[in-house]
Amino acid sequence: MNFQDIIFYSFSVILITSALGVITVRNPVYSALLLVLTFITCAGLWLLLEAEFLAITLVLVYVGAVMVLFLFVVMMLDINLDRLREGFWKWFPFGALVALIMVGEMSMVLMGKYFGSEEMPTPTPHDIDYSNTRELGRLIYTEYVYAFELAAVLLLVAMVAAIALTLRHREDKKSPDPSKQVQVKKEERLRIVAIPSEKKE
Amino acid sequence: MESIQQQFVQLFGTEWGSTLFSLTTNLALIFAIVIPLLLGVAYLTFAERKIIAYMQIRVGPNRVTFFGIPWLRGWGQPIADAVKAIMKEIVIPNGANKFLFVLAPILTIMPALAAWAVIPFSPELVLADINAGLLYILAMTSMGIYGIIIAGWASNSKYAFLGAMRSAAQVVSYELAMGFALVCVLMMSQSLNLGDIVNGQQGNSFLNWYLIPLFPMFLVYLISGIAETNRAPFDVAEGESEIVAGFHVDYSGMAFTVFFLAEYSNMILVAALTSIMFLGGWLPPLDIAPFTLIPGFIWLLLKIAFILFFFLWFRATFPRYRYDQIMRLGWKVFIPITLIWIVLLGLIMQLPESVRNLPLLNIWF
Repeated sequence: MNFQDIIFYSFSVILITSALGVITVRNPVYSALLLVLTFITCAGLWLLLEAEFLAITLVLVYVGAVMVLFLFVVMMLDINLDRLREGFWKWFPFGALVALIMVGEMSMVLMGKYFGSEEMPTPTPHDIDYSNTRELGRLIYTEYVYAFELAAVLLLVAMVAAIALTLRHREDKKSPDPSKQVQVKKEERLRIVAIPSEKKE
Repeated sequence: MESIQQQFVQLFGTEWGSTLFSLTTNLALIFAIVIPLLLGVAYLTFAERKIIAYMQIRVGPNRVTFFGIPWLRGWGQPIADAVKAIMKEIVIPNGANKFLFVLAPILTIMPALAAWAVIPFSPELVLADINAGLLYILAMTSMGIYGIIIAGWASNSKYAFLGAMRSAAQVVSYELAMGFALVCVLMMSQSLNLGDIVNGQQGNSFLNWYLIPLFPMFLVYLISGIAETNRAPFDVAEGESEIVAGFHVDYSGMAFTVFFLAEYSNMILVAALTSIMFLGGWLPPLDIAPFTLIPGFIWLLLKIAFILFFFLWFRATFPRYRYDQIMRLGWKVFIPITLIWIVLLGLIMQLPESVRNLPLLNIWF
């Protein structure tokens, strides 16, 4: 057992316990924070596999932005735990079925010929000038450019849809609407009243 | 060094000796960075009080001295402040979440110090010369926000919570502009390694620094950096006139001091990054005799001090921004500017070689 093994096993233990904690802890804020810990240890494991770009991007995107907003929302909501646990036994069979299917699928993939330490040996260390990021960028923008652009368009559509669904115009807005202002007709604003002129006594 | 390593190998065996040796040397190097940094933080607070005092026609701290030496009056102030902070009791409020309340300051200072690992002080003087240095910096600085959010929530106080919410929204939005500004630097240097970024700015004079071709990005980065560190005029997270002291209203003693240390070490970090990305890091302004004699890290420290002076100057000059104006500046001004600049840089990169070498266009590539 060398130093790398010790790091790997301690990270794995932290990863698995914190991932279990995410779904078992009662306080949703603790749960979100444990998810942050899960991401960070996962990034550490990826660093051991020399995937430094993926590892740092995981921390940058998920820990630095997504989980911050998650925590933001979880802290603002006043979550009633009793109400959340109400339908547990009612939905348990359905949840168990989904979990079973997921376990089956994962075992079919993981037990197959594509995974295992023989198929995925420790990567041969590259020399110091080798940049993971550069290689990844080259692949994304040449070989996989269509897949990459499709994914980008998909995200853009999702973003536009989210904004379109949540956008509400305020009804009580005080600012004037120029298009309505120019369409005003004389009759709507001006009423000509004929008042008989007074006569001199 | 070699003999010490051999002693380690003799003591702990071949398998563990070199590992333990590198651990020990790295630990020593970390201390060699962190201790001067914390001293720098202490004297940055002193500089801030003095500079702002002179700008407001006052004298500033002028009493505490070392061993009664008269011309050192005031220089003992940061040490006295530190001693006071250590002696004070840490009050934990009744309704607070104790664990998170104590964890929050630690989470704030951890990334502020960890980011220093990849800062190159001179071509050789760098703790971790990693290829993805720029990404690492972005990841570390984006984690600093957790301490603030957790502090605001764990204090169980409305003022603290308001401060945390403001800070979270502000930091997340300015991070984008900051990241995009750094993408421009990355496009110029073609490398994520901070040492290579400085080397890309090598030339005869300061005209080769990225400050000139990326001047708008320099401004965006500096202002976003001020917003990211929650400094005036973007310090709505503290906003002492509206929400008392924001997220750290319930902290006292050493716990408060840790927040303080984190804020100032973040300031020094942003100043160091600005110097490295835009002001040529350890490079002298002119590549001729009197300037090249001064060692590189002195130039870097001078540049850091120069940027830090801007931080203090802004604080003495500008009133606090209104919250919606801060968000407008981040989302509607900075992000479009940076995006346009990225596209522009990409277009210039793709121009044919002969066009790129024309005067005025040749400042970019």
